[in-house]
Amino acid sequence: MTELIDFISNNLQMIYIVILMIFVGVEIIGHVPAVLHTPLMSGANAIHGVVIIGAILVLLGADADNILAQALGFVAVLLGTLNVVGGFVVTDRMLEMFKKKK
Amino acid sequence: MEYIFSLEFIYLIASITYILGLKMLGHPETARRGNLIAAGGMTLAIFGTIFLHQGEVLTQTYLLIGSAILIGTIIGWAIAKKVAMTKMPELVSLFNGMGGASAALIGLIEFNHYVGDTMSIVTILAGIIIGSISFSGSMIAWAKLNGTLNKPLRLPKYNMLNNVIFIVLVAFAAYMTYIGTGSQLYLYILFFGALAYGILFVLPIGGADMPVVISLLNSFTGLAAALGGFLYGNMVMLTGGILVGSAGTILTFAMCDAMNRSLFNVIFGGFGDTDASIEGSSSSVKGSIKKTTASDVAILMNYSQRIIFVPGYGLAVAQAQHAIHELEQLLVAKGIEVKYAIHPVAGRMPGHMNVLLAETNVDYDKLAEMEDVNPEFSNTDVVFVVGANDVVNPAAHNDPSSPIYGMPILDVENAKQIIVNKRSMKPGYAGIENELFFNQKTSMLFGDAKTVIQSLITEIKGM
Repeated sequence: MTELIDFISNNLQMIYIVILMIFVGVEIIGHVPAVLHTPLMSGANAIHGVVIIGAILVLLGADADNILAQALGFVAVLLGTLNVVGGFVVTDRMLEMFKKKK
Repeated sequence: MEYIFSLEFIYLIASITYILGLKMLGHPETARRGNLIAAGGMTLAIFGTIFLHQGEVLTQTYLLIGSAILIGTIIGWAIAKKVAMTKMPELVSLFNGMGGASAALIGLIEFNHYVGDTMSIVTILAGIIIGSISFSGSMIAWAKLNGTLNKPLRLPKYNMLNNVIFIVLVAFAAYMTYIGTGSQLYLYILFFGALAYGILFVLPIGGADMPVVISLLNSFTGLAAALGGFLYGNMVMLTGGILVGSAGTILTFAMCDAMNRSLFNVIFGGFGDTDASIEGSSSSVKGSIKKTTASDVAILMNYSQRIIFVPGYGLAVAQAQHAIHELEQLLVAKGIEVKYAIHPVAGRMPGHMNVLLAETNVDYDKLAEMEDVNPEFSNTDVVFVVGANDVVNPAAHNDPSSPIYGMPILDVENAKQIIVNKRSMKPGYAGIENELFFNQKTSMLFGDAKTVIQSLITEIKGM
């Protein structure tokens, strides 16, 4: 229990961010036309590719002689990149088609 | 001034681009720019993380990171650019799985470094569980959407079994935290257990509900990324992850809304393939169907004033979107009014049909949404249903025992004539019979959508 309370007091700033971001996320979705559900989902999908930052940090901090950590970290960065690049490109392709035709 | 070049400041900018990007993605005019803005922020955050890293880093590590990013970029770009528009939904699922796997791997590697630090271990184990579920679940969703797995598989008492597995997983993670173990064996048991749960969680859910599942897993991955942010005290991971987690959850509910189903129902309730509903609805639908030929339909269309096309997944599967656009142009040139009625969940994802038809340069104004087009059916001469089934099933209005009862549908039965193109009498994704096909005004035009539409084009051109 004390650990939990310590944790909260030590990470108060992050907890604030979490709470505010939850509301921001809820608010910005609001009333999206059904037509845009798929691109929106795809765009959100690309944004959680931010997990790649964590994967990069793992590799940056990994011991040079820990082969397993290096290999797994490499795969994590690779997969994260796929998520980011694939996600944004595919969303762009979807949205490209929505542009108004003359 | 120096602060401008600090990593914290870059992360702040990146976080703002995510919020702005997601916001802009919600409006048709700004959507594309929003996506690019978020992508720009992400690129900034990635390069900042690498180049502004404090501390000694070996050249070989940089090479490792650089090559992983390079390979990932090339593959990701190539897949995203090449894939056919019909395959979009499963691709999103695939990329989502990659993110989940990445989050789980981070947890697997970092576990050792944080043994003894209770809250960090909780964060890591939660990240592993959520990331793994998201990964294996997304892979199943992907396989279901591309047809590799097209039958919902159900173990006996699957709901209870799944819940038990989930509770055991959480209890096991809690136990690991409690005893403060550093055991790699336990860690991998948890990892594979979570993978198995992800598979079992998605397997029983029908293919028609996959969009909802993908959206849900999408927010899971967001959560997993945010947990990583908590672990490292990394603001950009935290903001990006939580943002997707909460926005994704709202989007999931919005999708359920469009189908008039609850999330609980999607996950725990069988849809269409429970035995009772198949027997129940097949016995309630009686009568005979009328078959017609392409030349009859061509004549009918040629002498109509108003025609509405109702495209469904069958159109996408047959790759008939170009053909139907050609048919539309041909009819419009003859002075006939043509529209497309788009059900919000037509195809395999909300908005799937719009994307598909937009690809073939169909005029945006010709795509009518359900609420706008429903009152128009009564003064429409011909409705041409191509590969759609459940979204035009009147059982949603008048059969309380039907699993789709209450779902908003396109009221095509109000039109003067209904032509239904299907490959066979096989029920649609929900696995239920459609009394529309037995309607007096309905004629069935069997065959592959593309072949059928092409022969319609030939017939009409000859008139």
